[in-house]
Amino acid sequence: MTDTVLDVRNLRVEFPTRRGVLTAVDDISLTIGKGEILGVVGESGAGKSMTGMAILGLLEPPGRIASGEIRLSGDRIDTLTEHQMQSVRGRRIGAIFQDPLTSLNPLFKVGDQLVETIRLHSTLTRTQARTRALDLMREVGIPAVEERIDNYPHQFSGGMRQRIVIALALCAEPELIIADEPTTALDVSIQAQITALLKRLCRDRGTAVMLVTHDMGVIAETADRVAVMYAGRLAELGNVEDVVRRPQHPYTAGLMGSIPSLRKDMHELQMIPGSMPRLGAIPSGCAFNPRCPQAGPKCRRDIPRSDGPGAACWLALTGETA
Amino acid sequence: MTRPILEVDALERRFDVSAPWLNRVLERKPRRTLRAVDGVDFDIMPGQTLALVGESGCGKSTIAKLVTGLHAPSGGKIRFNGDPEKMQMIFQDPFASLNPRWRVGRIVAEPLRTLHPETPDAQVTARVEELLRTVGLSGADAAKFPHEFSGGQRQRISIARALAGEPEFLVCDEPTSALDVSVQAQVLNLMKKLQREMGLTYLFISHDLSVVRHMADVIAVMYLGRIVEIQPTGDLFANPLHPYTRMLLDTIPDLESPKRDRAPMGGEVPSPVSPPSGCSFHPRCPLAFDRCKRERPQREVHVHDRRVACFAAAEDRQESAHV
Ligand SMILES: Nc1ncnc2c1ncn2[C@@H]1O[C@H](COP(=O)(O)OP(=O)(O)OP(=O)(O)O)[C@@H](O)[C@H]1O
Ligand SMILES: Nc1ncnc2c1ncn2[C@@H]1O[C@H](COP(=O)(O)OP(=O)(O)OP(=O)(O)O)[C@@H](O)[C@H]1O
Ligand code: SF4
Ligand code: SF4
Ligand SMILES: [Mg+2]
Ligand SMILES: [Mg+2]
Repeated sequence: MTDTVLDVRNLRVEFPTRRGVLTAVDDISLTIGKGEILGVVGESGAGKSMTGMAILGLLEPPGRIASGEIRLSGDRIDTLTEHQMQSVRGRRIGAIFQDPLTSLNPLFKVGDQLVETIRLHSTLTRTQARTRALDLMREVGIPAVEERIDNYPHQFSGGMRQRIVIALALCAEPELIIADEPTTALDVSIQAQITALLKRLCRDRGTAVMLVTHDMGVIAETADRVAVMYAGRLAELGNVEDVVRRPQHPYTAGLMGSIPSLRKDMHELQMIPGSMPRLGAIPSGCAFNPRCPQAGPKCRRDIPRSDGPGAACWLALTGETA
Repeated sequence: MTRPILEVDALERRFDVSAPWLNRVLERKPRRTLRAVDGVDFDIMPGQTLALVGESGCGKSTIAKLVTGLHAPSGGKIRFNGDPEKMQMIFQDPFASLNPRWRVGRIVAEPLRTLHPETPDAQVTARVEELLRTVGLSGADAAKFPHEFSGGQRQRISIARALAGEPEFLVCDEPTSALDVSVQAQVLNLMKKLQREMGLTYLFISHDLSVVRHMADVIAVMYLGRIVEIQPTGDLFANPLHPYTRMLLDTIPDLESPKRDRAPMGGEVPSPVSPPSGCSFHPRCPLAFDRCKRERPQREVHVHDRRVACFAAAEDRQESAHV
């Protein structure tokens, strides 16, 4: 597969603590192709952001990649030095976070920030870079760019700021964009504009996108494939229609049932009893077993693993849990 | 006919957002007023749930604070036809609203002790344990501190505390917005069950239309401090009358029939400090015509029985002309 942009194999992220080693990401494998959007969903603490940060090489110590491999268009990137990784982040991977202000410097005009970033990754002159900055701002849908280019970040609304961050991420024409909850802080109408923008960029430029969110609705409307995470592990991976309509993993099924419908009257929402375990207290066998209505002895003993698409669940893998 | 438990009439709340006095004088800047709530009317019948929905900054929380007395109105009236002692509030952030240094037992007991200071300790303890069981926790949890619980469990503690005040009316401001969907389901099911069993009335605030559809009998859609549409839930989804409501329904992601190729509506909510003239939705409205820029539409009896504030709805202009 020459079109694979991101290839993550058996990634494991650990946090050594005084009370032992916590595993925040446990044996995750996934790929994203050119022009593809992979959604990563899961509840708070499932390890979505840690996966993204590990790929970006931005894990905060003592967090570290304990094992596994990360390849970007075939090149191993998890073994690079911090200095080398810095250049990969600027040139080849763009990042968009929930709070646009973490990516913008409040003291500089947005135009200057764009121009700086463009010049860092190209040989363009200031004037050429400014023209390119104006083009990028137009491309991400900022109105009246000639006037807005000399504004400071605080002079923009939340949605407009997130567009600027996207423009910033696009400066170096990266192969991969990691977007971690890019629309979570935004209103629904703005959220729709930003996800439509991501989709268009992905299609027009062939950028691979990893879209991290806890919102299944956003995934259903945006992603091509989806990875469902639970307690640091991959519960299910598949095409978005399959996962949404015919979830194979009991956790995914429960998650879908707990979302109130826009169309059907539901007397009661489906409930998954209990809550996701903390990192220090992940049960043996399948991490979901204490909450799973189908759990059997095998589930309490052995960890189900699925290589590639499908559900990491004994029932789905072998048809039984005995 | 039963009387509404809450009647809100022409309610207004303005905030002074002027620059500090000295700057104003030196830089000759005028006073600036923000109309957070700008002439809002609604009633809630006992035992029912009225939901306020709308995008960030449209005035939902300000209404919650006006109703619970945390803010004073700048105009209009709020009439509560129940026992004011029996109104309680549940907030969005279950952690910030629970005192981290108190044990859960003390947190839940507090409204009870305020209401009936004479209650013997043993009876308070028994009642607290009963309340914790009502919300799906265990009596033993009374001895723990808030940080020992997950987000959903903390929100259950807030609900137990609210119930300890023997409320008949609960103002819930985004009670599940900080929670994961599976935990949200637990809290919403609990709130519905308590309403059925205790006949509670809810003023329920959320920006999530699917949550609101699940919870509310009546939905009021807000835009820039005003109610633009108010309808029973079924009618609102079957026949949305206001262009803004239709825009919201078109833009929310839909799991069951994803709109993968939609072209989202442009524009953003304008600043409430200088709202557009006339109908404040007119710069984004596909149906806007001359009158919308000059005059402000009101909800009127002869237009869908006061359910919508829109000139196009009044003249039965159809959106289909544009689609
Ligand atoms: N510095 C740290 N030390 C130990 N554990 C940590 C540290 N930082 C994060 N974690 C843990 O790693 C796990 C994964 O966190 P992560 O931020 O990836 O979750 P997430 O899926 O992005 O959740 P959310 O939806 O809340 O953003 C969590 O259980 C978190 O508590
Ligand atoms: N104390 C205050 N001083 C000045 N302005 C205020 C104050 N409280 C609220 N506002 C403004 O009033 C408007 C309505 O705010 P409110 O918090 O009621 O909105 P909301 O609908 O609850 O929004 P959200 O969905 O973000 O919670 C906003 O523009 C807000 O900035
Ligand atoms: S492996 Fe067993 S416990 Fe885990 S999800 Fe499948 S059936 Fe349930
Ligand atoms: S009054 Fe005019 S601008 Fe306002 S919603 Fe109706 S048609 Fe649109
Ligand atoms: Mg995260
Ligand atoms: Mg609010």
